[in-house]
Amino acid sequence: MDASGVRVHEISKSFPVPDAPGTNRLALSGTSFSIAAGELVSLVGPSGCGKSTLLRLIAGLDVPDSGDLLVGSAKIVGPSAERGLVFQDPNLFPWLTVRRNIEAGLVALGVLREKRNEVDEFMRLVGLEAFANAYPHHLSGGMAQRVALARALINHPKVLLLDEPLGALDAFTRMRMQDEVLRLWENRRTTMLLVTHDIDEAIYMSDRILIMTPTPGRIDRQIDIDLARPRDRTDDSFLRFRGEILEHLHFAGNAAGAPA
Amino acid sequence: MNVDAALTNERSRLPWWMQLAVPVASLVTFGTHLLIAQNAPSLETHSYLLLFWEIVGVSVVLSIAQLFWPALRKWMRHMWPIFTAAILLLGVWDMVTVGLHLLPLPYFPGPAAVLRSLISDRGLLLDSTWHSLVLLVSGYVLGVFVGLVSGVCIGWSSPVRYWGMPLLKVVGPIPATAWIPIAMVVSPSAFMSSAGLIALAVWFPVTMLTASGISNTRASYLDVARTLGAKRLYLIFRVAIPAAVPNIFIGLFMGLGASFLTLVVAESVGVKSGLGWYVSWAQGWAEYGKVFAALIIMAAFFSTVMTLLFKLRDRVLVWQKGIIKW
Repeated sequence: MDASGVRVHEISKSFPVPDAPGTNRLALSGTSFSIAAGELVSLVGPSGCGKSTLLRLIAGLDVPDSGDLLVGSAKIVGPSAERGLVFQDPNLFPWLTVRRNIEAGLVALGVLREKRNEVDEFMRLVGLEAFANAYPHHLSGGMAQRVALARALINHPKVLLLDEPLGALDAFTRMRMQDEVLRLWENRRTTMLLVTHDIDEAIYMSDRILIMTPTPGRIDRQIDIDLARPRDRTDDSFLRFRGEILEHLHFAGNAAGAPA
Repeated sequence: MNVDAALTNERSRLPWWMQLAVPVASLVTFGTHLLIAQNAPSLETHSYLLLFWEIVGVSVVLSIAQLFWPALRKWMRHMWPIFTAAILLLGVWDMVTVGLHLLPLPYFPGPAAVLRSLISDRGLLLDSTWHSLVLLVSGYVLGVFVGLVSGVCIGWSSPVRYWGMPLLKVVGPIPATAWIPIAMVVSPSAFMSSAGLIALAVWFPVTMLTASGISNTRASYLDVARTLGAKRLYLIFRVAIPAAVPNIFIGLFMGLGASFLTLVVAESVGVKSGLGWYVSWAQGWAEYGKVFAALIIMAAFFSTVMTLLFKLRDRVLVWQKGIIKW
């Protein structure tokens, strides 16, 4: 497999139930899929189906109970700069200016001095040169999320994990940011895994969509979106994909809720 | 248009009654003094008179200067009512003590007598203030340093928290001044023991607030930093500590208050110098004018130190500007 592809193999993960000590809730059970290098894959599914858990596992922030996680041929053993993560909340460090936030990854790796000029490049890339010395609370939601993207990309991660990064934005900013993320992706061809609730967003952006079923989370269905980019949200084939996924999620919801 | 012009005019001028407030208040207060204090020593009246001439003179000069200096005008607009009230309050004080004898002498001298003590004993007062400053700074800096280190350790590491927290909770709440008998025996010099007590008083709130700030660092900040390749030192020094700084400053302020208290007590019991010592020494001689003089110096001294800490916080926490109201 390519050096920056991701392979998730038979992953299981359970969490203790806070209300009932000693019992565990299975969040993921035998989940498997893989992402090719440079591919943009979306993960959709109802709330609580373990999408974010999966992302945290790939980021190395949590450890699975069983199964293997690989980037290229290397096993994931912990968080690393080669796997960037962007949350729905930008989580910018409020005590650092925009520029210092973007530099954070270089400082963490101790390479700020050699790579200082890259910071300018990234600020230009996300169009924030004018806000270099602003503090995060002065930024709008869209701008803050752009800073978060630049911060996650500064170390050139092989994989970028996006946990509903545009979920808190208004509809217009959201569509603009989708194009922005696509532009970054086309520019750098970073492997991306996008968790989203928004089916239109998933169809508009991704090469492939993974549909998850809840409790325990499992990949239920994969759909290749073989539409040329830039995509038209009102196009017939776009709407056909939309109908297909909605139907599937609806069906999946019924099946999960029905008595066995 | 007219209204706008009038408004600008309104803002650009200091109303005449505001300009007159301070000199008039001075005349009223001093007039009161002349009326009620005819038997007072002439030296007291003389220095009191000088003070008011100075206030009147300065207020006249400022009233002229503000015509050409908008920043000064803004400041005067803000401060003049307060100054006026303060000057009138001196008159009330004079009335209550010297005029109507509502408070017993010699415990409550009038403002003129206090001013006289302030002037006549200025050498010793200055020296005492200097000693207090040295002692305060030594104790405070030591307490803050140890408090930050122990706070970060307790906040970050669970084993340290397990062993350290009970100690902190049991030993911390004991008022530092309660340790005085032990400190006297243990320490080689009165200065060292007093500095140690002040440090102890500062250490507790600084440790407590630092530890809680560190352990309450938003987990997502740490997660983000880890995915940026951050190792432990980065997580502690560049994420947890900056995130805890607002909390740490609360600890610094609480510690500063505790340090003033401990300073004054330690000085009056142990060290034979400083403002705390001066107060109890003057009390021993029943020179209450000097007691009040020292209290005035303390007020100026402590509030200056407090203001410096506020300025430091405003500078360090500039990133919070607009998030919270101070």
